[in-house]
Amino acid sequence: MAAPNGIWVFIEQTDGKIADVSLELTGKARELADRLGQEVVGLVFGHGVEALADQVIKHGADRVLLADHPELAEYRTLPYARVAIAEARARLPEIFLIGGTPNGRDLAPRIASALRCGLTADCTDLQIGDYTIRKENKTYANLLYQIRPAFGGNLIATIVNPRTRPQMATVREGVMRMPAARPGREGTIEKVVPEFEPGDFALEVLSRQVRHSTVQLKDAPVVVSGGAGIGSAEDFALLRDLANLLGGEVGASRAAVDAGLIGREHQVGQTGTTVRPRLYIAAGISGAIQHRAGMDQSSKIIAINTDASAPIFQIAHYRIVGDVAEVLPIIVKTLRERSMDQREHE
Amino acid sequence: MRSSRPGMTGRLPEKRMTDQRPIHSVVLVKQVPDTHNITGDVMTKDGTMNRNALPAIFNPEDLNALEMALQVRERLGGTVTVITMGPPKAANVLREALFHGADRVILLTDRKFAGADTLATSYVLQRAVQKAGSFDLVFCGRQAIDGDTAQVGPQLAEKLGIPQITYAETIVDLSGDQIVAERVLDSGSEIVRCKLPVLLTVVGSANTPRPASVRRRIERKLAAAPGEYAAIRARWPEFESDEQLEAYLTTHGLKIEVWTAADIGAAEEQIGLAGSPTQVHRINFVVLESTESKTIPPTPEGIAAMVQELVHEYIVG
Repeated sequence: MAAPNGIWVFIEQTDGKIADVSLELTGKARELADRLGQEVVGLVFGHGVEALADQVIKHGADRVLLADHPELAEYRTLPYARVAIAEARARLPEIFLIGGTPNGRDLAPRIASALRCGLTADCTDLQIGDYTIRKENKTYANLLYQIRPAFGGNLIATIVNPRTRPQMATVREGVMRMPAARPGREGTIEKVVPEFEPGDFALEVLSRQVRHSTVQLKDAPVVVSGGAGIGSAEDFALLRDLANLLGGEVGASRAAVDAGLIGREHQVGQTGTTVRPRLYIAAGISGAIQHRAGMDQSSKIIAINTDASAPIFQIAHYRIVGDVAEVLPIIVKTLRERSMDQREHE
Repeated sequence: MRSSRPGMTGRLPEKRMTDQRPIHSVVLVKQVPDTHNITGDVMTKDGTMNRNALPAIFNPEDLNALEMALQVRERLGGTVTVITMGPPKAANVLREALFHGADRVILLTDRKFAGADTLATSYVLQRAVQKAGSFDLVFCGRQAIDGDTAQVGPQLAEKLGIPQITYAETIVDLSGDQIVAERVLDSGSEIVRCKLPVLLTVVGSANTPRPASVRRRIERKLAAAPGEYAAIRARWPEFESDEQLEAYLTTHGLKIEVWTAADIGAAEEQIGLAGSPTQVHRINFVVLESTESKTIPPTPEGIAAMVQELVHEYIVG
């Protein structure tokens, strides 16, 4: 039987490849575990995935619970939840972290609901600290501070689960540092035998289409993003022109994606891609924190918005109060003329 | 890549509905502050928030969920029941649901529900869904714009003991005992087949919700919860007593049913603050970093000067 408690990390894998966020979380769990004197436990589910256990250990886990079973070959909510719930009930982890991917956010609430424990969604930071309930004159030491934007991103909430275990959180991709693998690291691999029930197979996946994105937002030197202030998909063409001129990529706010103006793979922000370009142009984006969180590290930010009080202006280096449909063509024209001038000088 | 534009589902398989029988749907909705349209009035200079400046709206993706349920009823018959938990004024989203075409609406309201986190909320919804009667499909919006957690749907599915299809965009096929649906994920899409009953969380790209019908707005203008009867009777004095009004509303399907914790037999230790394992330790208002910034006039001269500056700093090549 494993040592009780521990800091658990669900290791998400697709076709034998571990999601980056799972290793990022393994690194963060290592840090928290050293502070708390706990062990880090990685949960590796899949079929023919034994080799992944070692990779998880090299990235910081002390122990891997390996559930290798044909029914776990691809992610499905119920079989995965079944195994995770059974193991958590038997072993009572202290903390349970899951990557805030679509699958992670599908799985985590299912587990938390069954275990009747607290769950915080899409955290952007995790810390350890104390929590006092004044009414009870009681202090809970060394809780997991689960830190996340809330209320449309206009405030940052620190959430704790003083009484229930595990303390569960999903964590946004890309916010924790990826730990380096340590070749010599050793750990224990424990095999887990799933016990399914017939109802676990109520859902079958008929087909999967992986969208190999041609959008290279993450490393683009320039990102030209549009928001709800862009009237139509046609107006996004203006952004594309500008991005092409600048050798950049087209981004978007969630509002623009939700409105169907542009594909989801262009989304910058908390639920999209985090970017750190040399230049970020925010056109018709009001600047909710979920969006700002994905772009506020950009070297230079130009914001264009008709609303002079839009939050985006407060982090912008260049504020242009005006209509995107009028301003963008001026920028495009200016850049075109400049490059023509250059050619004449050459 | 397929288009994510609402309504452009031409490349998907034809929607087929085989082995037809009426489908009973429950749609769970939430009244939320309109956090997507935060204007200067809402955020003050010191970074605090003036909540009263935010209008309360029907959570956008819950409208997509309602639309999907209404489309199912149009094709197969059956009923659409809409449930919300919230303060008495959340009756407004239920009225809106009636204007969109819901058959029955239920408001879960009780001081004891206050302060619920997603776990306590999912417990109350479970009790309510089970009390409301038998169902084939439960629909939720993917997430609410005030919390953005996307947790209540899966938490409720677990408590109901039924499977879930999260990020549902299209119902490809629906028959008496199974559903085929397309899920849309960041990384691609998935077609899944699932036995009924099942819970779906619906994404914003699923459909374009129909506007509330003007005809229904007129026909159903009296729709009210018991707490609102006095106000209704003040406007329509022809109803001489609450009983008379209630009898009229009930006959015409306009009564907003109100259920309390006692009505759904909820265990006190599982609801409201007491039933919420998560607690808020601290709230920090977001104070935007002030950067060294310049206001550029939206003129060719202003923009030329900005571009010139960016060139000098090697930001633009």
